[in-house]
Amino acid sequence: MKIKLKIWRQESAEAKGGFVSYDLEGVSKEMSFLEMLDYLNSTLIEGDEEPVAFEHDCREGICGCCSLFINGRPHGPAGETTTCELRMTQFEDGSEIVIEPWRSRVFPVIRDLIVDRSAFDKILQAGGFISANTGAAPEANSIPIAKHKADEAFDAAICVGCGACVASCPNGSAMLFVAAKVSQLALLPQGRAEAKKRVRKMVAKMDELGFGACGNIGACEAECPKGIKISHIARLNREFLRASI
Amino acid sequence: MTMLDAKIPAGPLADKWSNHKNSIRLVNPANRTKLDIILVGTGLAGAAAASTLGELGYNVKAFCFQDTPRRAHSVAAQGGINAAKNYRNDGDSAFRLFHDLIKGGDYRAREANVHRMAEVSNQSIDQMVASGVPFAREYSGYLDNRSFGGVQVSRTFYAKGQTGQQCLLGAYSGLIRQLARGKVTMYPRRDMLEVVIVDGEARGIITRNLVTGEIERHSGHAVVLATGGYGTIYYLSTLAVGSNASAAWAAHRKGALFANPSFVQIHPTSLPQLNDYQAKLTLMSESLRNDGRIWVPKEKGDRRHPNSIPEEERDYYLERRYPAFGNLVPRDVASRAAKERCDAGYGVGDTGLSVYLDFGGAIEKQGKKAIEAKYGNLFEMYNKLAGINPYEEPMRIYPAGHYTMGGLWVDYNLMTTVPGLYAIGESNFSDHGANRLGASSLMQCAGDGYFILPVTIGDYLAERFRTPRISTDGAEFDAAEKEARDKLERIMAVGGKQTVTSFHKRLGRIMWDDCGMVRNEAGLQKALSSLSELKEEFWREVKVPGRLDQVNQELEKAVRVADFFELGQLMCRDALSRKESCGAHFREESQTPEGEAQRIDAEYSYVAAWEHKGEGSDHEFHKEPLKFENVEIKERSYK
Ligand SMILES: Cc1cc2nc3c(=O)[nH]c(=O)nc-3n(C[C@H](O)[C@H](O)[C@H](O)COP(=O)(O)OP(=O)(O)OC[C@H]3O[C@@H](n4cnc5c(N)ncnc54)[C@H](O)[C@@H]3O)c2cc1C
Ligand code: SF4
Ligand code: FES
Repeated sequence: MKIKLKIWRQESAEAKGGFVSYDLEGVSKEMSFLEMLDYLNSTLIEGDEEPVAFEHDCREGICGCCSLFINGRPHGPAGETTTCELRMTQFEDGSEIVIEPWRSRVFPVIRDLIVDRSAFDKILQAGGFISANTGAAPEANSIPIAKHKADEAFDAAICVGCGACVASCPNGSAMLFVAAKVSQLALLPQGRAEAKKRVRKMVAKMDELGFGACGNIGACEAECPKGIKISHIARLNREFLRASI
Repeated sequence: MTMLDAKIPAGPLADKWSNHKNSIRLVNPANRTKLDIILVGTGLAGAAAASTLGELGYNVKAFCFQDTPRRAHSVAAQGGINAAKNYRNDGDSAFRLFHDLIKGGDYRAREANVHRMAEVSNQSIDQMVASGVPFAREYSGYLDNRSFGGVQVSRTFYAKGQTGQQCLLGAYSGLIRQLARGKVTMYPRRDMLEVVIVDGEARGIITRNLVTGEIERHSGHAVVLATGGYGTIYYLSTLAVGSNASAAWAAHRKGALFANPSFVQIHPTSLPQLNDYQAKLTLMSESLRNDGRIWVPKEKGDRRHPNSIPEEERDYYLERRYPAFGNLVPRDVASRAAKERCDAGYGVGDTGLSVYLDFGGAIEKQGKKAIEAKYGNLFEMYNKLAGINPYEEPMRIYPAGHYTMGGLWVDYNLMTTVPGLYAIGESNFSDHGANRLGASSLMQCAGDGYFILPVTIGDYLAERFRTPRISTDGAEFDAAEKEARDKLERIMAVGGKQTVTSFHKRLGRIMWDDCGMVRNEAGLQKALSSLSELKEEFWREVKVPGRLDQVNQELEKAVRVADFFELGQLMCRDALSRKESCGAHFREESQTPEGEAQRIDAEYSYVAAWEHKGEGSDHEFHKEPLKFENVEIKERSYK
């Protein structure tokens, strides 16, 4: 099939970016979305143009590298899908596809569709861990954990750190990402000892980095490729309240 | 040729590690702060090492090519991580785990290392649970286990199909904690290009900053590589597409021997290749074989829908050939059996290059809910990628390149043949012999990173705290930087017409056809000559647009492919020189009358370790003889 692509091109962080249009023929429905971009890039290279830079690695929805804003939605039109899992079956012959990087003050563009998401690491550094030194751990089964709690912690722990929640939020809030980590560790007995300090520090870091405030809009939950529930934000708020009294 | 000494401690197998820990040199805490350690790679092995070394007080400079350690390829491991906890009371022990691994590796791994890996496995689970890794639990609240990949006990810990992600995030949380303490400094978005050797010892690395393009120098008292495997040499593989051999190869060019390069695991249950655009093959976890049954039609070229092929017209070929283990035979055996059926014309799908993995029976017996609880996310993933609903019809699968048992040769301390240069995790050759058993790579990575390297590296550093901070101004750094820059400039200067990817695809095809699941003399010779032609064409025809001093993903790929050509040649030479079959290395010339791998212990019970002798010269071959004192060597039979 034939598609029309409108892609954000920006040579570097400092350069001024803009949309460039490409007509791409010979696209197959069998391609994944990123394979379609690979194909575009091979035609660009052969035609003496520079390929479009975008991030990807695992190509199976788990590393969180891929991060494209497609037709106004992070990770495109399919639900609970990362960009790399998106298939061209989602698009019709002749359709126009607009591809942008994540848009957020806190995620500056590095080149084309690649943004700098190091702010996420900084938030985690503020407290997204349990201070368990190697060698000091007790026997693993000495801490029984109710299955439903462990399962809920797992459901929060599968966040891939992609940043779609921030990109989808009109306020540019990172609450879903932060809540996923706070919630995971708050649900586990191992994480309780540092729970108060953790939530305070992570929230403070998030604010300091310039992420917006959460307005309970829910766009993050709708666009999260891993189905992280907004109820984790409620748990974060409770934890935060507890930590402040 | 020389005989290599792995410096295995004396004493009974089960005491070697404790004796060694009791006798090696230590660095006192005050002196550790004077020592800088360079750590390249922050997957499970590297992140675990970074957090532990940081806790000990060393200054760690950690590097990865992604934007953050949390994205390392370890994140993709699905099925689980082994430990000899014996929570199921099914007779498991460190010795039994050791025994399974030695047998699974087809008697081509080093006993002492394997036993140590089994010994520390329990501590890794403790460490991970303490770090908040949400492993699966039973209703009792205790940890759940499952049986995985060719063993008869249940010793695999798992977190649904995301075990690697959870283990990596656990180790990464330890790493970021040390970042916050200032003990680890993270250098993400860096490609390591060279190792710097000063007075015969590893003292630094040269990297390219993938954002600015800057060529940078970094120094330390020791260098640790944790850069993962090179299965991406096949182009299509189950690995993350950025996985590469370049860091290990840079070390190899500077004197680190490369061991058993041709030992590559081909995983039996990957999604088949569907078209020419495909950039990777997605793994379907091996755990699926616990309940799924593998079959092809009994009739050649039977094109009926699988659901309308009656039971008696299906050939459950694994159950037929290996009644004792059935669908749970080790990976190499299952892969070759699939290839055998497809080559004989029984394969299914448009290309005839796939077999069925069927859950019909399991769903009937256990109910859809039970199957969904175990494999829900995998079924969903399959459905997303292949457009087939595995609850209703069988999956189609085919083998794919997956894991490299080969890697940098290391001694018992995990040090390569270059003093001060270490290799851990998948990047070394150490623990899996000629075939790796499922769920034991994460186990090795965690053990190496958390419990082994942080101890053994002390033995080397004990003397080095007197060495002042190493300057990056010396002649050795100048030379290494020049070498790195020259190579990049040479690639940019080719100015040909063909994309890097087109070369990678052709390279992958050569390796897959002749140095993949089945090898023979003629094929390997042919591959060698095709490789040298293709390599020459690459250096004449490749086209890398853009500049050095900016984000340049084509350049990154080109460096990897350039190194793959050389590694590919070494893999073929290694495969040629080992005229026996063992584990994943199947030489057609060496098989039993029933078509199983035929080891030749009298001649090949050794590790082959290759020395780089400079551009254009042949590698020199060295041997580490293997001794088996604690297991009886048998034919590896799963019948
Ligand atoms: C799909 C899949 C499923 C798997 N499932 C399981 C499983 O269930 N159980 C199991 O035990 N094993 C499994 N494995 C194997 C296991 O995941 C890997 O062997 C293991 O994670 C390797 O970890 P590592 O720490 O050695 O390296 P990796 O996780 O590969 O990390 C490599 C690191 O090195 C860095 N790096 C690489 N090259 C360079 C360079 N040139 N310059 C700078 N940095 C560099 C990377 O940035 C990264 O940080 C699976 C593998 C695959 C492919
Ligand atoms: S919460 Fe969801 S959208 Fe946000 S970073 Fe995690 S996986 Fe991505
Ligand atoms: S490339 Fe890894 S999640 Fe998309």
